[in-house]
Amino acid sequence: MSNALDSNTENELNGELSTGRSLTEAALARFRANKGAMAALFILIFLILAAFLGPYALPFNYEDPDWNAFKSPPSIETGHYFGTDQNGRDLLARTLYGTRVSLIVALVATLVSIFIGVSFGAVAGYFGGRLDQAMMRFVDVMYALPYILFVILLMVVFGRNVYLLFAAIGALEWLTMARIVRGQTLSIKHREFIEAAVAAGVKPITIVFRHIVPNLVGPVVIYAALTIPEIIATESFLSYLGFGVQEPLTSLGTLIADGADVLEVLPWLLWFPAAILVALLLSLLFIGDGLRDAFDAREH
Amino acid sequence: MLAYALKRLLSTIPVLWIAITACFFILRLAPGGPFDGERPLPQAIKDNLAAHYNLDKPLIEQYLIYIGNVLKGDLGPSFINQDFNVAEQLLSGLPYTLTLGTSAFVFAVLAGILAGIAGALYKNSLPDYLLGLFILLGLVVPNFLVAPILQLVFGLQLDWLPVGGWGDGSIAFLVLPVVVLALPHIARISRLMRGALIEVLNSNYIRTARSKGLSRTRIVVRHALKPALMPVVSYLGPAAGFLLTGSVIVETIFGLPGIGRYFINAALNRDYGMVLGTVIFYMVLIVVLNLIVDILYAWLDPRVRTQ
Repeated sequence: MSNALDSNTENELNGELSTGRSLTEAALARFRANKGAMAALFILIFLILAAFLGPYALPFNYEDPDWNAFKSPPSIETGHYFGTDQNGRDLLARTLYGTRVSLIVALVATLVSIFIGVSFGAVAGYFGGRLDQAMMRFVDVMYALPYILFVILLMVVFGRNVYLLFAAIGALEWLTMARIVRGQTLSIKHREFIEAAVAAGVKPITIVFRHIVPNLVGPVVIYAALTIPEIIATESFLSYLGFGVQEPLTSLGTLIADGADVLEVLPWLLWFPAAILVALLLSLLFIGDGLRDAFDAREH
Repeated sequence: MLAYALKRLLSTIPVLWIAITACFFILRLAPGGPFDGERPLPQAIKDNLAAHYNLDKPLIEQYLIYIGNVLKGDLGPSFINQDFNVAEQLLSGLPYTLTLGTSAFVFAVLAGILAGIAGALYKNSLPDYLLGLFILLGLVVPNFLVAPILQLVFGLQLDWLPVGGWGDGSIAFLVLPVVVLALPHIARISRLMRGALIEVLNSNYIRTARSKGLSRTRIVVRHALKPALMPVVSYLGPAAGFLLTGSVIVETIFGLPGIGRYFINAALNRDYGMVLGTVIFYMVLIVVLNLIVDILYAWLDPRVRTQ
């Protein structure tokens, strides 16, 4: 890896020492220097803004048909820039709406997985001993369960409420997060500020949540950035099978499933949602990798 | 080695038990039951059915009965396809799932290793960049998106391959499902292989081999390949598991009559017995595959063997 440390990074490291920047500042500077990750960040921000604000700027909404334009290919004249579907609904509006649903759903699941994973990992790491062993053994067992099969079972149970369903999926996705958090907790629990808190008589559970968890933000954010695309892919897959988001609501997966059926005759119905999904997943992947490289102390 | 294998097998029993228990109760939480058809059944028939399948007993008792039967090796009846029990249905789907899974596994491993070697040998030149692009797409593009595109291009426009189904079981019907199932794993394996081989090629003993004047092919094949395969081999266990459960999706997309499709239909129809049977079956398969991979790993790495 040493030959990959080009002069740029070395200069940056020297600069770091002379100006005395904090670790986080240095990491953010490294992230900003990563062109791919920054481009991905801009694309992601653009997609988020488009998904949440775009629908207000459009003359069409996601559920009402345009009686003058059924199955119309993308065109500037009709104002349907992405074309319309078999029911005359504007694909751009539906795609933006679907992106929003996919993003919200991913956020719900990721928040649940952060909540469980961080509490579980921090408690196991801080208290250690038998409790730690038992908790981590539980994580090992959960790892061995076939994920997709349980997702399908959860879908059967929570099929009527997408947000509940994804909260439940988040409750399956916290295992890696718990392992990472536990490792980090082990590495900081003997630091002076924790000893000081113990000496001051702070209750152990308060130490975990007031003093340890706030110091885990870096790794948690990195791993969360890598969890979101996984959830979006899971959501799309469930919707593709016809069990995720139900009509007239839509998500990227639902749109792709519908588009795939008519790919031969109305190809734009697949291409646009597919392009947005791939752009979304790619940009999240680049941001996650960029954050990991920037914060990974071993490489710098 | 035998003791190690036995220990590994025993350690999976609690995992299996937790999986069965979780499935059993999650499924019962789901609204609806196996006998809720479009036309409501008369109460008397409902009661008889419930009594026949023990559904009238308390949940805990049903659970104990089920666990007892599983311990005796009986996966019980299917609640929907009454003519076949769970084991018969699983056995009828097994050849399809196994054919699909093994083909995809072999294809993913071979293609992934070859692509990874090519990427490492041509590091930072055109083939490597193409591989990088492919890896990225393989990781990101979901299989339910790849599948319809391949179906359109190779099935309809070029008319080279059938779009779906099993047909007469010839290889042509397998090509698209296998490629779709293997693609993300080719990406992962080639990434692992490329990274490991680059690292090995930079190590001292390779430099020594090079200074002795050995040819590049000989260095790669005889000296670098085996150690570089370690990370790939440790990924094979999880990969086998992913391929098996991934076939749930691919079987559904391509309409193949394997176990995965039975599972989805069973979950939707609340076929309690069938769902549990499939989960048990999948988990046993995954455990066995992981065990094989571990043994392979010990064979490749002497340090593991002597531990």
